[in-house]
Amino acid sequence: MNLAPMLSVEDVHLRFGGINALSGVSLQVKAGEITAVIGPNGAGKTSLFNTISGFYKPQQGRMVLEGQDISHTKPNVRAAMGLARTFQNVALFRGMTVLDNIKLGGHNRMAANTLQAMAYWGQSQREELALREEIERDVIDFLEIDHVRHQSVASLSYGLQKRIELARALAMRPKILMLDEPVAGMNREETEDMARFILDLQEERGMTILLIEHDMGMVMDISNHVAVLNFGQLIASGTPQYVRNHPDVIEAYLGVRESQLATGQGV
Amino acid sequence: MRIGDFRASYAHDESLLITRVQRSWMIGFVGLLLIFPWVGGSYFTYLACLTGIHVIAAMGLNIVTGFAGQISLGHAAFMGVGCYTVAWLDKWGVPFYITIPLGGVVSALIGMLVGIPSLRIKGLYLAVATLAAQFILMFVFREWDSVTGGVRGVNIAPAQLWGWVINTDKDIYYLIMLCAGMLLLGARNLLRTHVGRSFIAIRDKDISAEVLGIDLFRGKLMAFALGSFYAGVAGGLMGYFYRAITPEHFTFTLSIFYLAAIIVGGLGTVLGTILGAAFMTLVPEVLRSVVTLLTLWAPNAMELLSPMREMVFGALIIAFLIFEPHGLVEMWRRARRFFHLWPFKT
Amino acid sequence: MDWITFAEFSLIGLFSGGLLALVALGFVLIYKGTRVINFAMGEFMMLGAYLVYTGHSWLKMPLWLSMVFGLAGISCVAVLVERFVLRPLAGQPVVSVLMVTIGLGAFLHGTVDAIWGGQNLEMPQLLSRKPFIWGDVMLPGAVFWSFWVALAVIAGLSLYFRYSRTGIAMRAAASDPITAYALGIDVRRTQQLTWVFAGCVGAVAGTIVASISSLSPALSGTALGVLAVVILGGLDSVAGAIIAGLLVGWLESIAVGYFGGKARDLVPYVVVLAILMVRPYGLLGTRDIERL
Repeated sequence: MNLAPMLSVEDVHLRFGGINALSGVSLQVKAGEITAVIGPNGAGKTSLFNTISGFYKPQQGRMVLEGQDISHTKPNVRAAMGLARTFQNVALFRGMTVLDNIKLGGHNRMAANTLQAMAYWGQSQREELALREEIERDVIDFLEIDHVRHQSVASLSYGLQKRIELARALAMRPKILMLDEPVAGMNREETEDMARFILDLQEERGMTILLIEHDMGMVMDISNHVAVLNFGQLIASGTPQYVRNHPDVIEAYLGVRESQLATGQGV
Repeated sequence: MRIGDFRASYAHDESLLITRVQRSWMIGFVGLLLIFPWVGGSYFTYLACLTGIHVIAAMGLNIVTGFAGQISLGHAAFMGVGCYTVAWLDKWGVPFYITIPLGGVVSALIGMLVGIPSLRIKGLYLAVATLAAQFILMFVFREWDSVTGGVRGVNIAPAQLWGWVINTDKDIYYLIMLCAGMLLLGARNLLRTHVGRSFIAIRDKDISAEVLGIDLFRGKLMAFALGSFYAGVAGGLMGYFYRAITPEHFTFTLSIFYLAAIIVGGLGTVLGTILGAAFMTLVPEVLRSVVTLLTLWAPNAMELLSPMREMVFGALIIAFLIFEPHGLVEMWRRARRFFHLWPFKT
Repeated sequence: MDWITFAEFSLIGLFSGGLLALVALGFVLIYKGTRVINFAMGEFMMLGAYLVYTGHSWLKMPLWLSMVFGLAGISCVAVLVERFVLRPLAGQPVVSVLMVTIGLGAFLHGTVDAIWGGQNLEMPQLLSRKPFIWGDVMLPGAVFWSFWVALAVIAGLSLYFRYSRTGIAMRAAASDPITAYALGIDVRRTQQLTWVFAGCVGAVAGTIVASISSLSPALSGTALGVLAVVILGGLDSVAGAIIAGLLVGWLESIAVGYFGGKARDLVPYVVVLAILMVRPYGLLGTRDIERL
């Protein structure tokens, strides 16, 4: 078993003007595990994701992916290195079909240049058909979206759109999958479906998953490791059991009184 | 009614013409194009040549603005770059099959230069930057006498292929249609490969595109380069078609004309480009016929032709944008959907 | 170029810049109020001038009444445009809105050409032609007075937006339409008013320009160069429009002094490209922040 972390976030500080979005956040994501990042609204979770993706440059700290320092790498290069992510507000390309959206996940693997693409028959066609086969086999069948593959994404339900975003991320053959609130706005059934897909990804493909989520039930059920942020700081980190009973975590979510009640102190 | 449309391989699913009916229509259409000059008469052949040139240029603009979402108000100037390159090379007797691609390449280089601001600015700001480029290039066309002949312009000798002088509309018709066919096919192919998809991704949500590994700057520059290449080729063909070229052929008004063509036709589609360019080329001609008819009652109606052209143009743009923003192509698709299920109602 | 000539060109440039700033204000008003770049601004200028001409030369009205007639006419056109052309396109992509103003411009241009013809007409004289002399430097009277008229209009509008209830309501609606609605401000009315103001500003500017040179449909072409001024100053900054107007006016004049008349047309576009490379949002414009 590989003991080195897949992704290591080390002492990251992120400031916007006078606001400290992240203060000294450190996080280790182990390969093959599901790690969840939780915390109240505004705690800095999406900022953390955006920093890892490369949209924000932290003033301090670094990020290491599989032993390589990615702190100064451009976002699209990080993607080529195996970092895939979904967004809180679905960021699918509305002008395209489901299939085209998913195919974009394989963009980096297409070697044909523009002239070859315009000529199509030859290298470009071979690559396109190979990509199509791979996507149908590994992504579309797995996520059960074959019935909508030629539809325009704008016409689909919210739950389906989120699943297609996951599909697109999967098409990138990622080493680590970052999911920003994958079940936000879903009903019970859709949440269970998504949880099942995520678990299947871990079990069948050994995928490393980092997710932000508010649905505590799902987080506690499927995560191997949980990190809690509040006001840009890491206040607790450990197994779901450990985090659930941690006084600081309870205080962050429910207030001081509840925390005292839970731990039996100062009542 | 559409029946029996099933596909047994991914290759079939991804091909451009899927059903036998579609293939038959395409063969028929190509056949019609081939014999058109012999049956259409000289006036319509002339119109067809003009439409062909406009279709190529409009396709270039659709790649930049329709596929990749980068507004360009300077497209006519890129045509001029291609045309003047052809004119200059022609002075040295370089044959057309070298001058036209070279004209496209020089245009593409200038286009990439103009596209550099797209790295930092979007939308309206980029539109104004391209507008500035249009006027600056026009200034160059008018002032750089040694190369462009200044305001008086240049002449271009007819294209030649091993002794066959391409002198008449009929001859150049085939050259134009050949170029148009290849370039339109190339553009259509782009859409079913990763290059075209990356353009649309950049247009729809460029942050998402970056996260998927697309290099935004390279993508935008490539879109500008391609679009300008098409414009340059169209400009070169225009040079061999008109044979006497002045800067007034490449004004801001022409840039607007192409923008109108792709909006009226349908942004981001190849069929829309063809429909839009054809529509925009034919409308002034129809108008001219109407006004000529009016002179039977009002002898000085001809004076009104130019202003009427503008009014109709403006009104069409406004009407299409309000009532049919997806353009003629959407009307076409509605008609097709209706006939797919005919005689059963939807 | 000697000192005196330089000073003369500079002064002419700065004073001409007043008119540029006025037209730029028209652009900024509409952009600030409705997020639209109005490519038909030049046509508003042209139409306004033609309406004043019609009042004076065809309907034989006294000059002041013709001005009122012109402003009233342009206001009606502005209201119609906002209601029937711009409002149906609310929420559509930038390319579409831009194109619709271009289409509108073409339509207006063709209409004017059809009704009044393409030849040069003479506007009634609005401003005193007497040159203004300051030591060794001579300033054409029309340029001198046009600056002060422009300044008066700009100052008047600024005061209006700052202190009057409607003005404040318009600013609120421009900055955050949804909250403005919630507070009871009729955002549709304010947008209508924005177009009316911009139209009137354009009409005033167009009338002045026409009285300095001559009246013809070609008048509308001058506005495109002003777009450069607007970008330089920042699309949504009134102060920026003023500073940029003066600056570009000065640059144009100096360029003409050094390079001859042809350079005048080129200056705004070179300036715009340079600015967009270095400071994409202009001198005083607000940066567009995208939420991830």
